[in-house]
Amino acid sequence: MSAVDWSRLQFATTTIYHFLFVPVTIGLAFLTAILQTLWYRKGHPEHLRLTRFFGTLLVINVAVGVVTGLVQEFQFGMNWSTYSRFVGDVFGAPLAMEGLAAFFLESVFLGLWLFGWERLSKRVHLATIWAVAVGGVLSAAFIMAANSWMQRPVGYQLNAAGDRAQLTDIWAVLTNIVFLWAYLHVLAASLVTASMVMLAVSAWHLRRRSNTPMFERSAKLAIVALIPATMLALFFGGRLGINETTYQPMKIAAAEANWNTCQPCSFSVFQIGGGNNDPTPTKIIAIPHLLSVLATGTWNGQVVGLNPLQAQYSQQYGPGYYIPNVFIQYWSMRVMAYGGVVLLLLGLWGAWLLWRKRLGDARWFLRVAIWALPLPFLMNTAGWALTENGRQPWIVQGLQLVRDAVSPSISATTVIISLSVFVLVYAVLGVVDVLLMAHVARRELEPAPAAAEEEAPVLHFTY
Amino acid sequence: MTLVTFWFVVVVVFWTGFLVLEGFDFGVGMLSGVVGRDEDGRRQVIGTIGPVWDGNEVWLIVAAAGMFAAFPGWYATMFSGFYLAFLLVLVALIARGVSFEFGDRRDGPRWRRSWELATTGGSLLAPLLIGVALGNLLAGVPIGADQEYAGTVADLLNGYALYSGVTVVLLCLLQGASFLALKTSGELRDRARRVGRLLGPLTAAAVAGFAVWTGATAGSWSVFLVVAVLAALAAAWQVGRGRDGVAFAATSLTMAAVVVSVFVGLYPRGMVSSLGASSDLTVTNTASSPYALKVMTVAAAVLFPVVLAYQAWTYHVFRSRVR
Repeated sequence: MSAVDWSRLQFATTTIYHFLFVPVTIGLAFLTAILQTLWYRKGHPEHLRLTRFFGTLLVINVAVGVVTGLVQEFQFGMNWSTYSRFVGDVFGAPLAMEGLAAFFLESVFLGLWLFGWERLSKRVHLATIWAVAVGGVLSAAFIMAANSWMQRPVGYQLNAAGDRAQLTDIWAVLTNIVFLWAYLHVLAASLVTASMVMLAVSAWHLRRRSNTPMFERSAKLAIVALIPATMLALFFGGRLGINETTYQPMKIAAAEANWNTCQPCSFSVFQIGGGNNDPTPTKIIAIPHLLSVLATGTWNGQVVGLNPLQAQYSQQYGPGYYIPNVFIQYWSMRVMAYGGVVLLLLGLWGAWLLWRKRLGDARWFLRVAIWALPLPFLMNTAGWALTENGRQPWIVQGLQLVRDAVSPSISATTVIISLSVFVLVYAVLGVVDVLLMAHVARRELEPAPAAAEEEAPVLHFTY
Repeated sequence: MTLVTFWFVVVVVFWTGFLVLEGFDFGVGMLSGVVGRDEDGRRQVIGTIGPVWDGNEVWLIVAAAGMFAAFPGWYATMFSGFYLAFLLVLVALIARGVSFEFGDRRDGPRWRRSWELATTGGSLLAPLLIGVALGNLLAGVPIGADQEYAGTVADLLNGYALYSGVTVVLLCLLQGASFLALKTSGELRDRARRVGRLLGPLTAAAVAGFAVWTGATAGSWSVFLVVAVLAALAAAWQVGRGRDGVAFAATSLTMAAVVVSVFVGLYPRGMVSSLGASSDLTVTNTASSPYALKVMTVAAAVLFPVVLAYQAWTYHVFRSRVR
């Protein structure tokens, strides 16, 4: 493997790892803010205890999210210096705005929220958790704008030498149609993830019958959030797919292992074989017209196949292999789609139990809700695999190849060292984080504090 | 002032802001064992920076992102050239960052000791290496005509750069000690003051040496070097008299002047090439297009004052001493 391959592996590893924490942070800040708002409005002590309980999980998550995010920012320069020189003009601006508009908001107000219980008025303190939630939503906006530019470059002009993409229209970058749908999709997915975290933790306590009335409340909030979030994530993802058919046809053709152009196109539910060296996989079940609907939004839409696209790109960009890893595309698409359906069904099941007021006794539902916890994380990872792998071999679609983007001064050995260090540090971090989250999530809550203490809880570094 | 120069100033402001604000966090982290001693003391020491350290660290994010956006060539060469050093900075910041959140959440001496080590070690390593990196910008490292780093790790270990790293660490320590004296009471405050009195003269001497070496390396003598030396002397004097607030302000001013003096020595260069002045990175040969800089200027003009306002408000909210 070359320095390019190692750098790709490192970026993929650290990105996937970072994004295990990001959606939890974005979604959980929002749900915690809702819990605290309920407490503010109704004064019910159980809402306060829930706010603190899930707030602690939020804080642990943010700590890991922030430090692993710094790694992402440094890596552009460290491993991809040629890319950084090429796109800094366009790509750097949203990144800087992200720091100024979002990260400061998130970090500063999380500090205020965590330590401000006794120093701020109830109303101002409530505002701080909402500021954290807004910060999370904003941070996703800027990074998705930057990423969407790599999927569909707009609002730029190549310089005379052709070695730099220069920003000409920031408005075009911020209104990129790929950005719009990808951003909404990520927000919905974050809410799905956080709802599942809240639901699984609540289910764990409900099964053990600890603090049942309290965790019934949080389970209810989680289910109420999960259903629309899942439906929206599926819808936004669908709209994103239709746009990708236009701007990145290779991505969609590979996600369907569709080698030859079809019209109308059927959707294969699953297949055996497939991959870049097996153009004739055995499709087990094919649903007529479904791919046409998903990829183009029309009943009889045409989906161009990998072979004609390869021929077209070879002519347009010069000889080369322009087909991404088909196996990854095909299965990451299905992990997301099928996982989404499973979570939606789980949410509806929960809603039915809530309606019948049988949630606390529903042994099977609670068991499934706990075991389904890895699913949203798997789906988030699949989402990034689909969108980033589907752009290969490009780093910026149609403008720069990944192999031309790497730092020329960095040897494969150097990247092997750094990758080993990251893997080691992240493994330790992961184990500690999971242990700690489990420890905090399973902790038996103390009985509700007396009314006087509740007004001014003494808070040092932790609760 | 041209837009390019303006953005050089902005990048300097971000780096200076980072080292001044996170400087005392680093110092507090390094001193957490010495000043805190036992478990309760340590908790109080870390508690002084608890609400603010995370926001302070964001200054590093905007410093790097500001460089990326305004001077992509500078960012690309610096971060790929200092690859292994920055890898260690990241590891140090990770270890330290999570130690604050994790260290208190479980009992058990081994759990605590491991995180104390992460706090102290991370808080030492990060400013040391960032100081070395700053020094290397001015000292000069091998950079080819293609603006790519052409040296090895050994090229980063020159005398001036290492001395810059040590100076930054000493300043962080003195800043941390005077901050602790300002924010704690009783025994903790006494210990913090003792550490400050010990470190004061040493730091002032180090800064004086730094000023001479920086002037000689840059080949120019800016007023900031004088400010750095005077502020360091004032800090050493005031910390000895137990005037914690003034001492903290003077150390912070020293840190700011030290960082700014390096960049003033650099300007209009971003990185000096040891392979000849024609390969130097300058603000003009690494800058983004005028349109991109204009967009960023508008964004920064709108957002930055708001950030400063609410960050200042945080310090106001948590102004009292930690109990």
